[in-house]
Amino acid sequence: MSVDFEMKFLQNFLDALQGHLSLTLASVAIGIIVSIPSGVLAHQFPRVKQPLMLTINIIQTIPGLAILALVVTFLGGRIGFLPAFIALTLYSMLPIVRNTITGLEAVPWDVSEAAKGIGMSRSQRLILVELPLAKPVIIAGLRTAIVWTVGMATLATLVGAPSFGNYIFTGLQTRNLESVLLGSVASAALALILDAAIGLYQKRSIERTRGVVGKRSFFLLFYQFFVVMVLVLAIATIFWPAKQVDVVVGAKGYTEQHVLAGLLSAELNRAGFKTEQKIGLGSQVIFEALRGNSIDVYFEYSGTVWAGHMSHEDNPGPEVIREAVERYVESQGVYFVGFGGFENRYALAMRRDRAEALGVTSITDLAGIGESMKAGGDLEFFGRLEWIRTNQIYGVDFDEKLIFDSSMMYGAVASGEVDVISAYTTDGRIAAYDLLILDDPNNAMLSYDAMLLSSDRITKRPGVMRVLARLANRLTDANMREANRMVDVDGLPVSTAVAFLQNTVNFDYKSD
Amino acid sequence: MIEFNSVSKSYDGGVSFAVKNFVLRVNRGEVLALVGESGCGKTTTLKMVNRLVSPCSGFVSIAGKSVLDICVQDLRRNIGYVFQGVGLFPHYSVRENVSAVPSLLGWSPEAVEERCSELLALVGLPLASFGNRMPMELSGGQAQRVGVARALAAKPEILLMDEPFGALDPINRAELQGEFVRIQKSLKLTVVMVTHDVTEAMLVADRIAIMKQGRILQCDTAAGLLSSPTDDYVTKLMKTPLTRALEVSKLVSAAQTTDYFR
Repeated sequence: MSVDFEMKFLQNFLDALQGHLSLTLASVAIGIIVSIPSGVLAHQFPRVKQPLMLTINIIQTIPGLAILALVVTFLGGRIGFLPAFIALTLYSMLPIVRNTITGLEAVPWDVSEAAKGIGMSRSQRLILVELPLAKPVIIAGLRTAIVWTVGMATLATLVGAPSFGNYIFTGLQTRNLESVLLGSVASAALALILDAAIGLYQKRSIERTRGVVGKRSFFLLFYQFFVVMVLVLAIATIFWPAKQVDVVVGAKGYTEQHVLAGLLSAELNRAGFKTEQKIGLGSQVIFEALRGNSIDVYFEYSGTVWAGHMSHEDNPGPEVIREAVERYVESQGVYFVGFGGFENRYALAMRRDRAEALGVTSITDLAGIGESMKAGGDLEFFGRLEWIRTNQIYGVDFDEKLIFDSSMMYGAVASGEVDVISAYTTDGRIAAYDLLILDDPNNAMLSYDAMLLSSDRITKRPGVMRVLARLANRLTDANMREANRMVDVDGLPVSTAVAFLQNTVNFDYKSD
Repeated sequence: MIEFNSVSKSYDGGVSFAVKNFVLRVNRGEVLALVGESGCGKTTTLKMVNRLVSPCSGFVSIAGKSVLDICVQDLRRNIGYVFQGVGLFPHYSVRENVSAVPSLLGWSPEAVEERCSELLALVGLPLASFGNRMPMELSGGQAQRVGVARALAAKPEILLMDEPFGALDPINRAELQGEFVRIQKSLKLTVVMVTHDVTEAMLVADRIAIMKQGRILQCDTAAGLLSSPTDDYVTKLMKTPLTRALEVSKLVSAAQTTDYFR
């Protein structure tokens, strides 16, 4: 490995660490600032307690990913630090509020009475007596909050905030186990370190109540100074000016999107523009992000817009969809640069030998024999119109419908664990595993023509637009399948696949 | 000094009364003990002086002024209070516990320190060796001394005590009672003390108010209560220390004849 590579690796790691740490600490810091007063309020006014606890309990039961998506939508498509920060702050509240209430309720009755009896006001009792006595319990809640938040911060990757989740999600997509491991171990280590740091502080504060350590212990002062500094830094990063980049390139969370984002970045860099990548964004989030100018450019697919954003349930054929989708995205304040030239739609695929043995070449042939077969779909396929229409039009159903992460699905059909899968037409593993794509004569599957979209903001940069225009309509299914294969099957880095596309396809401006 | 003007207190909206039509006058510089069984209303009576409990009717006045007309925090800061459960702040050192009220009153740090040293010396716990100890490190007797020091910190004229020696072993109790009398005399404190121990009341108080079911049965000096009781309960209660002392004395002489004490 070259020095350059190692530098880049270190840079990436430090970026993820910085992102993860600042996100966690900022969220917990604000979480504390909101939660402790809430807990105090709930303790003082029992009428507040029930509704407050109910609300934060409900927040806690919403899955992390869902709450992230909700916050992004609520912020009008804004991605990056802010939505992740808000979601994590909400998430961090429960243990702190709960422990604040518990801690205050556990203050011995005679001590509260004594505080009252010597003439302390309500706020003095709270600040001088009750909160200090509740402190160990509150800090225990804080530790829980920190560990939860570090864990959930990995999901921030999905809304475009860098964290150790970058390694986990990229690794899952590219089947790079080392990357997944690195992300998980780094995240776990961070949780342990932060937890231990607070634990140490807590121990000192208990020792102080027992009189082991003198009041003005130098260590304690130093420690408090350190904690305050970290919190200040974490909060400061919220308001830190963003890195100066010309174009923010977006991508969803799978290999083809990673390669396309790499290609967009590489071509923009070649023309002298600075870029930043937001990788691994969810399908709904990414379009909102483009509308909100949080990202500037990415490759979308016509079928996703037709069914997902426009909520159509029919399939009038590729031509009609293309025209309708183009009009739609422009009406949403997004600029349509052009089609990509390739199509990544769903298709049913089988191992070639198995298909031949059964005499299957088209979905039509599955009618009647599907009931004795096992099918594998990605996370959404069996809930999608493609499947509903396949089922209705061809009268096909399966004995079992198993759901896989898309990276596992191909392995499952190759090993014979399932007979049919919902493949993607540009997936490199189709060729690698020698799969047969079944014909779809009645258009059950929507067309998914790749389309290059840009933010309204970036249209004011003619230089950028010229580069983007050169990228439209140049790629083919075969190119993409090969590029995807390099990453998914051969385990080559995304940059190699990007270089392959750059060498194979001529993106230079042609005057004709 | 302290007057209870037909004070009543009900905790259940008037169905039953913890204290009913209570009339009492505590003179300046006097120790008055409220004596009675548990639940007779003595602690409620005590707490109405510093407004930890508000009466339903009637009012308590100090030096002719109704306590309701005094800012509640000022009132409490100027009345020393020794609590039944001691109630030291577990997260404060001895020094900080004693300094709590003077600090709240905004004394200068030097004045607080001086007062602290003075008071701890008074209760026999020198600042130098006890000042930095935490309540957890004190024995029961030491903690109660700190409690007394804390109550006296802001130089109050009035001291309220709720079973102050209740949780102590007999030797400590006797010792602390003696010291308390000495301190009270030297500071000329007006004291209202709650106890269920008649012997303690007789040894420490100038006058004793015997309470039953929220009312005063009789209030007089120990001698007065013994010589002219107005109620059977008073007679019985006042007799117990003497009866028991006689029994103990018999045991002692029996023991002496069998040479146990030689």
